[in-house]
Amino acid sequence: MISVADKPQTFYELMRAQGTSRRSFLKFCSLTAAALGLEPVYADKIAHAMETKPRLPVLWLHGLECTCCSESFIRSGNPLSSDVILKMISLDYDDTLMTAAGHDAEAILDEIPNKYPGEYILAVEGNPPLNEDGMYCIIGGKPFVERLKSVAANAKAVIAWGACASWGCVQAAKPNPTQAVPIDKVITDKPIIKVPGCPPIAEVMTGVISYILTFDRLPELDSRGRPAMFYGQRIHDKCYRRPHFDAGEFVQSWDDEGARKGYCLYKMGCKGPTTYNACSTVRWNGGVSFPIQSGHGCIGCSEDNFWDNGPFYSRLANIGAGFGVEATADTVGGTAAAAALAGVAAHAGASAIKHFTRKPGEGDKQ
Amino acid sequence: MSAPETNKAEVHAPVYVYELPVRLWHWVTAPCIIILAATGYLIGNPAWPLIAGEPFHHYVMGDIRFIHFTAAYILGIGFLLRVYWVLMGNRYAKEIFILAVWRKSWWHELFQTLRWYSFQKSEPMREVGHNPVAQLAILAVFVLGVLFQLVTGFALYGEGAGGWAHTLFTSWVIPLFGGSMEVHTWHHLAMWYILIFVIAHIYLVIREDIMSRQTMISTMISGWRYFKDSRS
Repeated sequence: MISVADKPQTFYELMRAQGTSRRSFLKFCSLTAAALGLEPVYADKIAHAMETKPRLPVLWLHGLECTCCSESFIRSGNPLSSDVILKMISLDYDDTLMTAAGHDAEAILDEIPNKYPGEYILAVEGNPPLNEDGMYCIIGGKPFVERLKSVAANAKAVIAWGACASWGCVQAAKPNPTQAVPIDKVITDKPIIKVPGCPPIAEVMTGVISYILTFDRLPELDSRGRPAMFYGQRIHDKCYRRPHFDAGEFVQSWDDEGARKGYCLYKMGCKGPTTYNACSTVRWNGGVSFPIQSGHGCIGCSEDNFWDNGPFYSRLANIGAGFGVEATADTVGGTAAAAALAGVAAHAGASAIKHFTRKPGEGDKQ
Repeated sequence: MSAPETNKAEVHAPVYVYELPVRLWHWVTAPCIIILAATGYLIGNPAWPLIAGEPFHHYVMGDIRFIHFTAAYILGIGFLLRVYWVLMGNRYAKEIFILAVWRKSWWHELFQTLRWYSFQKSEPMREVGHNPVAQLAILAVFVLGVLFQLVTGFALYGEGAGGWAHTLFTSWVIPLFGGSMEVHTWHHLAMWYILIFVIAHIYLVIREDIMSRQTMISTMISGWRYFKDSRS
């Protein structure tokens, strides 16, 4: 797609070569700073970084996935994904987006790690299946897991795009026949930034790349390896319907008055209270809306095991899915408590019979 | 049967079993558990019908959660003080935290009590403190169950509240279980685990108050255990 020059251009050189004016360049820097939630002075720092730093080589691999991460990424409004791909990074390999194909394209995966050891970013969309020696995902004639390991070996850092690479997602849901695993089970010696979601928000994806580029370091990660600035809070914490939650005003069914008036979707199974993501603040499609705003509960797509924590339309998760028994905690607990009550009643009856029919002189003499 | 009775008129002298901090803890914890279970059930399943109107006119879920969190703080602080009293209190204050499993007599009593509960034995043991079955059940279900609820509960609390609860619990509990939803599910299941203990506990103290050889309910009020006979 993009030839690998001996001395990589800076972003600014490339942008000027493509006809971008200085004014447009500075506007782009300001917008990027605003998108990252930085102070206005950081626009200068971004501009300085882009004028002086060589473009960051990025290799984007695809394993078991549905390409929804790429679909989301190319819709980023701010910064525009075209700006990220064409101006900020040097996207040297992405089999979905690049025009090159065949052996020449695959050769890039050997070339970049040798040419820029420790300097390139590996972005991974999807995950490797380990069962049958990785035969459930063959790309370019090799199991994906082998390619993933070899390209990761020299990487500066690894970005795990989406729920697949971060947690496993649908292919790792029970019973996980291909033994699909998140990439941190395979890559253990590199810093991994998890950007979960199915897909992640476009602006979160481009924001993570912009951050790495601008500050030449990885963003602060939380205890689960996600960028804290985007995954630090639950959707629930910033949901515009939160006042209805606190008031106890819940939608009871999809066509009731509460649904029409935009009440809280908690009882309809909204997973906002258990989901760490930026949907309620950044929103989707350039800030147009997000699921809850559209009247549907969050399905928790950026959470680990979200396929196994269903159903989507009930507050309490089913448990025991592995046994073919699906019941909520209340059904299981309530049944056990009812059994305990029945046991107590039976025991009490037996005790009463025993107590009042005992022979004089036997047992406790009072 | 026991040794021949020498003096039928006399019974064993009463023993001061439950010191004031233990009794206070018991009677503070008991309503806390009921309140926590009721509010917790409603938080997981807000069963009321549609409430309409502007949200600033209502604070139903907010109030329920506030009561839940306040009761949890009281339960948690009480639990910490009770653990402290394991160190400071009398021997009966320790027996639900440290089981004397290294003693042969403990195992003997355990099986004798199980036989009594399963109608295999016509006369119960004379117990000054808790019998071994009670000790085992209180430790395994109640003490560990409450500890589990406190840890998972404050982890969930810290998700929204941040602060110390987030630092102490949320930061490691949520990753340990895999996610917030899993912690919610386990927190919910453990509520039923403790409620089953409550059912068995209330039944057995009433039963033992009637059928055993010592006082039960009044002991947890006054602290003194009285015996109904003089046999060992």
